Amino acid sequence: MKIAIPVNDKSMDKGVCPSFGRAPYFLVYDTETKKGDFIDNGAASSQGGAGIKAAQLIVDNGADALITPRCGENAASVIKTGQVRIYRSIEGSIQENIYALQDGRLSVLDEIQAGFHNHGGR
Amino acid sequence: MKIAVLSGKGGTGKTFISVNMAAAKGKARYIDCDVEEPNGYLFFKPQEVFSREVTVKIPIVDESMCDGCRICIDFCKFNALALIGNKIRVFEEICHSCGGCLLVCPQKAIREKEKVIGRVEQGLSEGVQVVTGILNIGEASGVPIIDYISNIQWDPMELTFIDCPPGSECIVMESIKDADYCILVAEPTLFGVHNLNMVCELVNLFNKPYGVVINKYLDDQNPAEEFCFEKGIDIIGRIPFDKELGAMNSEGFIVARESDKYRQIFLNLINNVVQGVHHEAAINSQR
Repeated sequence: MKIAIPVNDKSMDKGVCPSFGRAPYFLVYDTETKKGDFIDNGAASSQGGAGIKAAQLIVDNGADALITPRCGENAASVIKTGQVRIYRSIEGSIQENIYALQDGRLSVLDEIQAGFHNHGGR
Repeated sequence: MKIAVLSGKGGTGKTFISVNMAAAKGKARYIDCDVEEPNGYLFFKPQEVFSREVTVKIPIVDESMCDGCRICIDFCKFNALALIGNKIRVFEEICHSCGGCLLVCPQKAIREKEKVIGRVEQGLSEGVQVVTGILNIGEASGVPIIDYISNIQWDPMELTFIDCPPGSECIVMESIKDADYCILVAEPTLFGVHNLNMVCELVNLFNKPYGVVINKYLDDQNPAEEFCFEKGIDIIGRIPFDKELGAMNSEGFIVARESDKYRQIFLNLINNVVQGVHHEAAINSQR
């Protein structure tokens, strides 16, 4: 299983980034090979629609699960259509979140934010 | 001559001033560009209203022609497109209707459809032509509505008053771009000054002649007035803090139509603006 997590730092000991779409990196972790790659989130600097672009990146990287504290509705619709399940992150490091998911201790994220779309400007 | 009335924050009196200036003039055009919450019509109660729909163009993708090359997705600066399971998904509320995805699609798989985002109403209130831009609830941007209003072939009118949305963002820029003069409405508070400074920067950027009207004017300490003195900005009017005036306005009356005393305030304001524009024109012709 491939797990994606938004992160601020390229370290397994650090916590989950509070933002999904604007996180600087994503960890894509493969539970079979026990290897993780930190990928740059090109959406972080987008003028608007960062969540959609970030979600596209998650889907393109073949993730099966996303662990995130929150997710906007547009991003969630891309992720769900891409057959990726979304789990709510817990306090603690990225590593602890991965263990928690494998142990079945993470709950499915069902609160989806309406987003802040009218601030992108035209 | 087009006069835009703007302010950094809401509630300073943009609608109050633009409605009353138009009413004091008698024959004029009033355009409400505050499309998210237009309220000038509540004062004017226009008659013979007719309405036009405003639409924007949204891409639709012909799935049988799309080969999933992603060129459109990479092109879209606003990230309004996504490719999931070989299907392009369009996020209509994110799309800025630039038409770029159509141009770059090598398969010519993208067409456009019209999407209604609001309307423009037009009516008459005594001699004043009242134009109201209205954005549908849930739409992200009212800019296309302002754009639509500015592209209408209006009959010539000596004075047009543009009641702008609050703030200094894109839609305000769109509202003032054709203006010959900008009136900045300020409140005599520190918070008001902060916002006044922002709109001053905006009108300077656009190189528009402008002056400040201090609304709810009191004789004691006045940060907005001090700010104008410091920066050498023209104060073209001071509207007194007047409970009678406030009460009439809150009841939906146009004070300039109710009393000569109030009408005179707004006629003076118009004179100051017209002089300001002529002065500016004279300076520019000397340059």
